[in-house]
Amino acid sequence: MNANGRVGVMNRLGSLAVLCALIALWWMASNAGWVSRVFLPTPQATFASLLEGLNLRGSNGNGELLAFTQATVGRMAQGWLLASLFGVLLGAAIGVSPSVRAWVQPTLEFIRPLPASALLPLAISIFGLNPGMVLFVVAFGAMWPVLLATVHGFAAVEPRLSEVARCLQMSRAAFVWKMGLPNAMPDILAGMRLALTIALIVAVVGEMIASQSGLGQAILLAARAFRASDLFAGIVLLGLIGFASNALLAFAEKRLLRWQQP
Amino acid sequence: MTERRLLRWLRPWVFPALLVGAFEWYARRAAALGSDALAPPSAAARAFMGAALDGSLWQATGFTLGTAALGLLLGAVLGIALGLVLGLSRRAAQLGSLSIEVLRPVPSVALIPLAMLSFGFGVRMELAIVAFATFWPLLVLVQSAVQQIEPRLLEVSRVLGLSARERAFKIVLPAIAARLFVALRLGVAVALVVAVTVEIAANPHGMGYAMMIAQQSFDPALMLAWLGWIGVVGFAINAGMVRLQRVVARRMGVLP
Repeated sequence: MNANGRVGVMNRLGSLAVLCALIALWWMASNAGWVSRVFLPTPQATFASLLEGLNLRGSNGNGELLAFTQATVGRMAQGWLLASLFGVLLGAAIGVSPSVRAWVQPTLEFIRPLPASALLPLAISIFGLNPGMVLFVVAFGAMWPVLLATVHGFAAVEPRLSEVARCLQMSRAAFVWKMGLPNAMPDILAGMRLALTIALIVAVVGEMIASQSGLGQAILLAARAFRASDLFAGIVLLGLIGFASNALLAFAEKRLLRWQQP
Repeated sequence: MTERRLLRWLRPWVFPALLVGAFEWYARRAAALGSDALAPPSAAARAFMGAALDGSLWQATGFTLGTAALGLLLGAVLGIALGLVLGLSRRAAQLGSLSIEVLRPVPSVALIPLAMLSFGFGVRMELAIVAFATFWPLLVLVQSAVQQIEPRLLEVSRVLGLSARERAFKIVLPAIAARLFVALRLGVAVALVVAVTVEIAANPHGMGYAMMIAQQSFDPALMLAWLGWIGVVGFAINAGMVRLQRVVARRMGVLP
């Protein structure tokens, strides 16, 4: 056990060393001028941009990145929550009845591969350029994985369970609440995880196109003004948002599905 | 009996027909009230025919599909190669794990401005982003596929004294072929979505840009035509990949 633990620590250190080596490579490539600094800023310049933007360096920072990050995270989280709510509600409504499934599912399968961002032009012409429009597209685009996962989870309920429900004369609502949803839970959580990724992507694209303030707009403007260090700071922040949200959800998934493990 | 079959044929079309009908009614009413933001589906169909006849449809579709395919090729080759290495060597997998965990969550669209800055507009920027976006899922899926190979196969390769290259091409790749196709199918879907997204957000070529420009020039009929066409293309390609994957799985002796 002790030896195992030590091997684990060594492996952690090793993978940390690989990451540090990658950053060192970046440092060398940018400082030695292998790649033009117009495209690849030095790590220290990126870090300085981050500190300044996030207002971590005393009073001389402008703190705009902080506001942008809040806006993007807020848009992503709201869109994702709406998507999860409506995805589960609609998915349960469609999934609970085999006949509704037979009529509606082919249409859902057709819409599934449609890129969520392809709805942006349509939404712009219906709602105009405003924050609500972006939020709508984020929620709509992120809803599909949740909806389809819920339908699938309901379709895959063990037939004997539905027989039990019929024997117990459960109402449809009771069946959804006591059997359908718990059964579909692993599918729904996997769908919600995918939805979170989509929500972040669509939020960023929406900010870029509809020029709503946020990280998407910030990195686009930074690129247009050739401020590479600000651009990289934005990319780093977006990566952090993706990493943190995914980790949080993985943690929640583990907690919520604990009852499944033997 | 024939009625039954007819019903089964018609059933998938009823719901979309209702949706299109409702949209037609709504858009006509909006147009009658003086709005030019929406167009009825019948006008979209006419705009679609126009775009198909003057060739702009095929040119933009070809650009998007070609770029997505090239980007997928690049991302898949790199992802499969690294996935094989990380799958075969537990050590390499552990050493690389932290770097992958840090780099993978970067949303692909965050690289649009960077690609714009370094490549300018055109094929190369879109290619780079599609390759980045498809690289990660292929890497992860190939790695897990390799890790699930029957260990005895790898023992056999060791006993036979195969070189690393022979081992990869004669033992490992055939063993993961069915799973590889599942991964590639996912890669195709990702590549298409990312290509269209890049065109909508920045790159002035292809289907996404054609839709964006139709919206900006107040031509809602053409915009809806593009939206429908993007949906049809995406659906057809995904359905084709599912079929191909089933054929491969059957050939490889895995029951679907």
